[in-house]
Amino acid sequence: MAVAELTKELSQMAHPNDEAASQPAAEPVDAPGAPTVIVDGLHIVYRVYGAASAAEKGNAANALMRIIRRQGRPQMKEVHAVKGVSFVARHGDAIGIIGRNGSGKSTLLRAIAGLLPPHKGSVYTDGQPSLLGVNAALMKELTGERNIVLGCYAMGMTPAQVRERYDEIVEFSGIGEFVQFPMSTYSSGMGARLRFAIASAKVHNVLLIDEALATGDRDFKRKSQERIHQMREQAGTVFLVAHNLDVIEETCNRVIWLHKGQIKMDGDPATVLAAYNS
Amino acid sequence: MSQPESAVADSRAGDRASGSSPSGKESLSALAERHGLRRAIARPSLPAYLRQLWDRRHFVFTYATSRNVSKYSDSALGQLWQVLTPLLNAGVYFLMFGVIMGQKADITNYTAFLITGVFVYSYTQRSITGGAKSISGNLSLIRALHFPRAALPLAYTIQEFQQLAISMGVLAVIVLVTGESLTWLWLLVPFALLLQTIFNVGVSLLLARVGAFVRDMNQLLPFILRTWLYTSGVFYSIPARMKDAPEWARFLLEFNPPSVFIDLIRHLILSTYPQDLAKHHFPHSSLPQLWLYAGFWAAVALIGGFWYFWRAEERYGRG
Repeated sequence: MAVAELTKELSQMAHPNDEAASQPAAEPVDAPGAPTVIVDGLHIVYRVYGAASAAEKGNAANALMRIIRRQGRPQMKEVHAVKGVSFVARHGDAIGIIGRNGSGKSTLLRAIAGLLPPHKGSVYTDGQPSLLGVNAALMKELTGERNIVLGCYAMGMTPAQVRERYDEIVEFSGIGEFVQFPMSTYSSGMGARLRFAIASAKVHNVLLIDEALATGDRDFKRKSQERIHQMREQAGTVFLVAHNLDVIEETCNRVIWLHKGQIKMDGDPATVLAAYNS
Repeated sequence: MSQPESAVADSRAGDRASGSSPSGKESLSALAERHGLRRAIARPSLPAYLRQLWDRRHFVFTYATSRNVSKYSDSALGQLWQVLTPLLNAGVYFLMFGVIMGQKADITNYTAFLITGVFVYSYTQRSITGGAKSISGNLSLIRALHFPRAALPLAYTIQEFQQLAISMGVLAVIVLVTGESLTWLWLLVPFALLLQTIFNVGVSLLLARVGAFVRDMNQLLPFILRTWLYTSGVFYSIPARMKDAPEWARFLLEFNPPSVFIDLIRHLILSTYPQDLAKHHFPHSSLPQLWLYAGFWAAVALIGGFWYFWRAEERYGRG
């Protein structure tokens, strides 16, 4: 990208609210306001396994009896993480999701991505939303090079697409010759940069980002925000979970505040963030 | 920017139950239908599922290779362990059953007989162990990315197949060194291994689903597999042992899938083995019969395992 364009992007990032007025052409004009994700009365319940008590640990007879009786582990707890959430996301939306730890933000993202089945209610989507999270597919013993290929395949890219994007990924991550070394030798910032570079290499319809911007230095943070902005123009809808409210304020045009699995507030960033901070 | 106000209104409308739309405002499910949105979670049809799996073939192979590379990256001898592990295993079994327990009596080339059995059995054993952990051990991957879940047990079997290719090279050397001769039958070994691979894929898929929902399976599996090892004629000859037993009992042991694949490979690469059986007049299954059994097990395991795995596709990763 040319330097002039880049500076323009960055200045827009800093003043997202001015953007609509000054740059109306930047918004997708094909289907303004058409819904891309509809969440309808969604409940998510998932199971957590606690530590086994001494009496149950490693006892083959007990284990066998549980299998025969079709019981789970006795300490299994059900967590009702999302309780009746409904909203409509539209083309061109960048939606920030905020809330305290354990308020159901990540669970909600996973449900939108179709990775957690709803207990009740449903999620309707246009195409396949994807979670910006390729981390789980990568192996730290392998070189950055191999991990880029592995990560791209894991996201469903073809060999031709991988060859095409490879150089761009390396350059965007800024890890240089470290790409030849195992990822276990990287600093945490370098690892985070490479992961974000791989994850954002694919074009997504609906993009879900979970705390991807928490790491990396200032420079990389700016670069990644710019990338998210690009994606939003291509994709239509971006969901962003972050504890860093500045990032939300700079990137999003709508904020959903989750509290104990329910929507406490849903609206424009200024209003919701003011309420959240007070 | 889109309209936050209307979005708020939409979300409030959605708080009411979806079916019973209040007057004036359409329900969210109707809105979704009008814009052609679909439910995020739905199990694809079997043909669509197979197509998705085919689209992910590069991921399956890269994942298998990557796991093999990273597996030994911490040890000083590195990839050499892929050859050393099966050799050491064979050494231990030779000491145990060949020397101490004296199984050698009926079999001329016991070393080659034993090592063939160990290598072929451990291929199935490791595929099954890997398959059973392939879903339960990769929950974070399943919860982060979309792909047909069958890619994971498949990748684990392919990983074992890559190791087997190395083991087979070692095996060929041992067999020839111990005095067997190269025959045209050796050309059929890849087909036998192909049938075994298909069988392994099927059983891995089956156990991947079991292991995903019955978490204690991984604790029980080693015992099941060890019992299976002792009944599969790895370090003894089933026909020699069952010479006085009723016909049905011998058939039952010989029809056992690992025995079928082990005996098939032995018939193909050990020319002394069929000679031993003929010399002592042990009743045994013929080579064409063994091919038939092998084909039967491959087909049953693949179709059954794949269907069983696919039926729970949308539930993997839930907890």
